[in-house]
Amino acid sequence: MINKFLGFTPDKKLLPSQTVTTDTDIDLSSHKYQKIWLGPNHPGITGNMAVELTVQGATIMKAKTHVGYLHRGFEKLIERRLFVQGFPTSIRMCVAEPDTNEYFIARCTEELSGYADAVPEYANWLRMLSLEMARLQGLLRGVPGQGGTFALGIGVQWGVYLRDLILDRFEELTGARVYHMYIIPGGVRGVLPDGFKARMEDNLRDIDDFIIRIKKLMFHNSVFKTRAKGLAIITPEMVDKYGIVGTNARGCGVKRDVRKDNPYLYYDQLDFDPPTATDGDVYARTWIRWQELIQTVDLIRQIMAKMPAKGDIRAKMPNVLNWKIPKGETYVRLESGRGETGMYYVTDGSDKPRRINLRGPSYNHAIALLEDVLVGTDVADVHATMVSLQTCPPEIER
Amino acid sequence: MSELDLNDKMNEMLANSEANAKKAEKTFVRPEDEEREVVAPDGSIIKVNPIYDYFSGERPQEEKPRGGIVEKFLNWARAESIWVLGFGTGCGSIEIPPLVTPRFDMFRYGVQMRPTPRQSNAFIISGYLSIKTLKRVIRTYEQMPSPKYILALGSCTINGGMYYDSYSTINRLDKYIPVDVYIAGCMPRPEALLHGFVKLKQLIKEGKAEKANEYARNFDEYKANQKKIIKDWNMPDYNW
Amino acid sequence: MKNFIEKLNSKYNLQEVVYQRDNLVFAAISKENAIDAVTYLRDYEGFTHLVMMSCVDWIEDGKFQLLYLLNNPETKSDIGLKVYIDRENPVMVSAHHLWKQVWTYQRELREAFGIDFPGSPRIEENFVVEGWDEKPFMRRDFDTHEYAEKTFFPRGNRKTNDPAEYMRKKLYPNQPVTAKQRKDDK
Repeated sequence: MINKFLGFTPDKKLLPSQTVTTDTDIDLSSHKYQKIWLGPNHPGITGNMAVELTVQGATIMKAKTHVGYLHRGFEKLIERRLFVQGFPTSIRMCVAEPDTNEYFIARCTEELSGYADAVPEYANWLRMLSLEMARLQGLLRGVPGQGGTFALGIGVQWGVYLRDLILDRFEELTGARVYHMYIIPGGVRGVLPDGFKARMEDNLRDIDDFIIRIKKLMFHNSVFKTRAKGLAIITPEMVDKYGIVGTNARGCGVKRDVRKDNPYLYYDQLDFDPPTATDGDVYARTWIRWQELIQTVDLIRQIMAKMPAKGDIRAKMPNVLNWKIPKGETYVRLESGRGETGMYYVTDGSDKPRRINLRGPSYNHAIALLEDVLVGTDVADVHATMVSLQTCPPEIER
Repeated sequence: MSELDLNDKMNEMLANSEANAKKAEKTFVRPEDEEREVVAPDGSIIKVNPIYDYFSGERPQEEKPRGGIVEKFLNWARAESIWVLGFGTGCGSIEIPPLVTPRFDMFRYGVQMRPTPRQSNAFIISGYLSIKTLKRVIRTYEQMPSPKYILALGSCTINGGMYYDSYSTINRLDKYIPVDVYIAGCMPRPEALLHGFVKLKQLIKEGKAEKANEYARNFDEYKANQKKIIKDWNMPDYNW
Repeated sequence: MKNFIEKLNSKYNLQEVVYQRDNLVFAAISKENAIDAVTYLRDYEGFTHLVMMSCVDWIEDGKFQLLYLLNNPETKSDIGLKVYIDRENPVMVSAHHLWKQVWTYQRELREAFGIDFPGSPRIEENFVVEGWDEKPFMRRDFDTHEYAEKTFFPRGNRKTNDPAEYMRKKLYPNQPVTAKQRKDDK
């Protein structure tokens, strides 16, 4: 607009073209390149991860990810604990959405011990409700967080406040704010309290207001559009080569969603359609996550309407302190906020698990994909790329 | 065998063990951190020792309180403006964003988050520390200017918490850096964190939050504990 | 799914075929045929998505069991190929030319179990631990509790109100408690 008014058109032909590829020959002693550590102590990084950049001016030529700052050796610890003692331990593997790990341990032990169909219907609906609420509180921090990487701080303030209200609902239902321990083998631990649905509907109405305000703040904003469009493009051919799952795959048009492909719990009775886009850049992924926020609110309303009024919450299981599971192995997957998460569980007939291995979606996104996508971008755009790929370091190094 | 032969044999064994110890020490040094000779752009040869060239070999010094009404005024100023470093070291850092947002507002207590250790007063160690993070935390703690305070969040800093038998997390935080206030819980609620800040303010105003000086007094003991578990020590002894 | 498994069995000799769910199959395959089968599945049968690579330590049999878990996005089915390799000298052919994330899995397995994948890029870099000079930490004969007591400074005086002990006394009061049970519960 101003350019037209002043009669000024920038001549892009005068700028040198960007030809940066991954096999540039980097000679550190030529004093043209510099190594910068975007290290663990940085306010913009998602979690505790470090990226070692080789930079020419402000353009990144090579990137290397360093993880391991949050390593606790979970898989070794769980081998020393009984099946039910693995619950409080395995929840803390992923800090952002802890309920998915509870579901994994419950489902894997049920499948391997033959109680897979014994879980009552009311318990399964409650499991779905807690999983969707966990996705909602993760999205309330993630969608405005993308604006926060471009210095749009007010969205984060709104989003984290509303997330606190959802954590209040969790506290009513399960007893704790962050680590719930609600889903156990055989069912869940408690019923819905009285008046829960009314209070939840109040909170969801506040979130509807927030959704409209976030749209005006982020998607009608010229700074956000200029910086986010065309950044960190993922093409459909890269999806299977790198093993990309979840929102990052849907951002370039490849429709992958575990809730539709391998439905678990009662997702085939609900009415929803995962959103897709075609561009594959940061703007498209943020737009998809905003759509998922609307969809998750709708799903919670559907679940609360379709849920039976009362029923059994737990099947009759053997005494968990004296429980031996026969030899076997299984792989259970579900769709968390970041993509397809799965757990590989091996038992050997004793009262402790033999091996568990969590497959987090950030394992591929943060190491193999990030190192290739960052080449050619600016140093100031590293945080935007990391938040848009939803890298969560605790589940990379467990 | 005669005595001379025995002496020779012992000397040989000692020399071997020294060489072995040197070899073991050297395995964790990266090639860019070794002592070496480089060729300067004008052709002359310079000896470089990267770790010790850029830092001086000083030790931390105590900052003695001045006493009287000046100290009371300074303590009041320090207590009412605690600036916390924004470094989330463990899973307890998921309860820090609720503190920054309007529901459990900590700005009304004068507490802010700062991005760099040079401008901050307090450090919240939120939960467990793996050995890799402990090295960075020590480096960051020593870069903060005195007087500085540490708040240890969660039960993992007290006795290891639920990772007491892990090969990669530490058990007791106050063997490596001195702690002022412990906040128990797993996770502690944001209200518990605010209560911890109030307690810290009380301690500062009474003049009892002197753990940074204790670090300077018992520097060798802390350093020996740190070096025992951090085997690839490639930083100077005092990083400031 | 059953016809497909029979076709695969006639090409590469599969043992221990287990149908875990109606679209998840686990099968064991020999070390020589493993990468061949994985490439065939990726190129001709549509299993283009590698879900994970993992390893289990069977110390009683003296073997490591590697797992390649593949997923077919069209027919939405999974197949898990298990490969048994020797525990004393663990070496396996590298598969880093097939997918771009395999080098990360191979780097982690080398650090955690000690399995070597010759030719894999950046295999000697540390993944999660720095300055580790003990044996690889995920092996079954590495005792992590003993290592933690020895290196870190535990505070001691840990009192446990063990629910297993309490319930055992309540429900099975006449059963003798063996020394091994008492040690495992601590």
